[in-house]
Amino acid sequence: MLNIPVIRWGQEYESLETEEVLHFYTGESIASVSQANGGIIQRDMREAHKAREILRQFSIDQILEMIKKAADLYVNGTLPFGDGTQSPADFIVQQSASTGLPEHMVELNMTKNAFVLNNMNQILDALTRGLDLNILSNGWGVEDRGVPISYQPQSPVLGAVLPSNSPGVHTLWLPVIPLQLGLVLKPGPQEPWTPYRMYAAYSEAGIPKEVWSLYPGGAEAGAAVLSACDRAMIFGGTATVEQYKGNHRVQAHGPGFSKILLFDDVVDDWEQYIDLIAESIYINSGRGCINCSGVWASRHTEEIAQALSERLGPIEAKPPEDPEAGLAAFTVPGIATAVWGMIEEDLKEDGVTHSTADYGDRLVERELCAYLRPTIVHCESPDNAIALKEYMFPFSTVVKCPQDQMLSKIGPTLVCSGITTNESIIQQLSDATHIDRLNIGAMPTTKLNWLQPHEGSIIDFLFRSRAYQVADQA
Amino acid sequence: MSDNGSADIQQLQADAKAKLDEHTVEMVQWHFNEATGSPFWLEKKSELNFDPLTEVNSFEDLRKFPLFEDEWLRGGPVRRWVPKGLENEPTYVFETGGTTGIPKSRVVMRDHWRDYEMFSHTLPDEYFPKGSNWLMLGPSGPRRLRLAVEHLAQYRGGISFCIDLDPRWVVKLIKKGWMEHLEEYKKHCIDQAVTVLTAGHDIKCMFATPKLLDQLCMALEERGTSIKEVGITGIFSGGTEFTPQWTRYCIEELFGGPTEQSGIYMTPTYGNTLMGLACSKPVTAEEKYKISYYAPQPRAVVEVVSFDDHNEVVGYGDTGRVKLTTLTDELFIPGFLERDEGEREEPFETFPWDGVSGVRPFHEIAQSTTVGVY
Repeated sequence: MLNIPVIRWGQEYESLETEEVLHFYTGESIASVSQANGGIIQRDMREAHKAREILRQFSIDQILEMIKKAADLYVNGTLPFGDGTQSPADFIVQQSASTGLPEHMVELNMTKNAFVLNNMNQILDALTRGLDLNILSNGWGVEDRGVPISYQPQSPVLGAVLPSNSPGVHTLWLPVIPLQLGLVLKPGPQEPWTPYRMYAAYSEAGIPKEVWSLYPGGAEAGAAVLSACDRAMIFGGTATVEQYKGNHRVQAHGPGFSKILLFDDVVDDWEQYIDLIAESIYINSGRGCINCSGVWASRHTEEIAQALSERLGPIEAKPPEDPEAGLAAFTVPGIATAVWGMIEEDLKEDGVTHSTADYGDRLVERELCAYLRPTIVHCESPDNAIALKEYMFPFSTVVKCPQDQMLSKIGPTLVCSGITTNESIIQQLSDATHIDRLNIGAMPTTKLNWLQPHEGSIIDFLFRSRAYQVADQA
Repeated sequence: MSDNGSADIQQLQADAKAKLDEHTVEMVQWHFNEATGSPFWLEKKSELNFDPLTEVNSFEDLRKFPLFEDEWLRGGPVRRWVPKGLENEPTYVFETGGTTGIPKSRVVMRDHWRDYEMFSHTLPDEYFPKGSNWLMLGPSGPRRLRLAVEHLAQYRGGISFCIDLDPRWVVKLIKKGWMEHLEEYKKHCIDQAVTVLTAGHDIKCMFATPKLLDQLCMALEERGTSIKEVGITGIFSGGTEFTPQWTRYCIEELFGGPTEQSGIYMTPTYGNTLMGLACSKPVTAEEKYKISYYAPQPRAVVEVVSFDDHNEVVGYGDTGRVKLTTLTDELFIPGFLERDEGEREEPFETFPWDGVSGVRPFHEIAQSTTVGVY
């Protein structure tokens, strides 16, 4: 069993309070993780400015070179980890064992993270819209056309309160160190693996450890990270997002409510799109905010629901090491049962049909965990209570809704794939402020272009564009 | 421990148990006597399937009573809790909870004074000097703590300075998610404390909740001073947030080292409005800052009982639910399940009865509890 310490600006700190990370199938303890108390975090943050000072001793180009090295180490290296070491194979088994994700999905997420690290130059170039990165480093510069430009960091570090159930979110904080800002992370209780492995890989690649703080802990630690960092992100449910709405210091990432809209000009050809819809619902076990949780059309919705059910309904829960495993386990006791209870309650409403009902029980309970098999629900109306629900497994509603009401009824949508060639509708989709990422045409909601911002540009969140005048250049 | 030591502690334990049995009988006689008992217990007597006046002859006999339900404490008239034998005494009412709905109330005449006088005798004079002034950095309003700390200061010949702190508002802020307001309110409380501490009042002792002590130390450091420099030498604090890790953090990082080095002595306490104040065995780095509480027996008793059978005490070192019993002439509580759990601790010379360590919120209700700044 590994002992994982708190990391305080690169220094290991063993807390008197520890939490064990358990294997969801066997119940065996995989790691004992030191827990940080809030005071430690607040106190350490008084030194946060040093992280930027340290990183500014390197050029951004130098850091980007080290990040490429870190990418290789992250994927291939056997790295120091707590009081032991961790090979890539260990990482895959450990992350799967505590989060419930099948091993091949862990491997896929690893590839995604490595892709982001390996392509950091292009990602930063895209996120900054081609800005000379020295301007971020110096705080100001002069554009080619002779105009002074300034981007001022709003915090020397980014804090992040990370989730346990969605290892995909780590790509969001990976660009922070190349932007010469430190990282203050509170890992999810079941997912210390990626933050600590990234820390090890970055350190081995030459990036000073002193720009990292890792604070595993309870709610108090999360609150301390959010209150002590001038810029922080948190991942949670709708309530979390609501709580931080309007708080310019906190970027809250919640459920995506991502959707596929089939408009009237294409809906009669719905069969053409079933593959991409099924992929959008099912890939990565439906855990991501970019997974589709609603398919909307004005007609053929029963047939669409039926076709999706035939495709996804028979999928079984398989052990995590099975390369065919497509479903992640719910590792926290009681959650899957509670989720299924909520769905069953909603299924009682008139106009709501459980389309996967013929494919066996959806709730599968094992000794120490549970699974929810893919579930498709048909809604006669967008007003059915379940129409706008999202859950952490392959779950989607298929909602019958007249085309002219769709945009007003879909609610906040992180990724919207609008399948249509109707120019007027495309314009309305482009103008809809409740849609974040917009895909026009037949694209899965889960297909991300890494050169595009996600839920707001991290550059806009971390830096402020402001006036900067220099007397002899005026 | 030597055989003699072992024999001594066994004797001390036996003496303490005899005293507890005797006190139990005396208190039951008082609370169920028509001339001295409270209307609440005299009425409750008719619901019991035994006669407490004849069938309670030891502490264990209290298990014949059903568990005390703190819901009984909500609403009025609070006079129903005043024993007839004390009905002419000046009476206070203290409240607990109450962020929403009707709070639980407890009437008190002198118990809060007595509890804190007993506690006073456990404080080392070197760090809590007699005659020095106190700061009370905790909840004010309808709470016992504010008056109790003030009495403690007075009992030791000092004067207590207080701040305004409304914990109900804090809990509301957290539930509403108004975190910026919460931060401002914390600052507001800390600013009051810093003002008092830097105004030449010769304050050497204080009560503070763990979170407020943390914030106070940080605020003083931001102003270029420290808890030591402003002259504090003795601190008592309390609550489930007073953990070994938090103690270590305070000693190592806020105070600047152990007592001998920093000159600051901090002692944890555990209790509530119903029970009074349990004191701690001295906390040391050698014992990994383990905190073990001992109730002020025979006035109150702490037991660690099985999660399944609340009348069965768990083995030493085993985990169970904290069960409190209060036996004063003002209040009779024959077994109340606290919202905490912990491990049962062995008696020792100073407190020759069971204690409890590792106190934390009971795992089945911990997730629904909102812990505020206080």
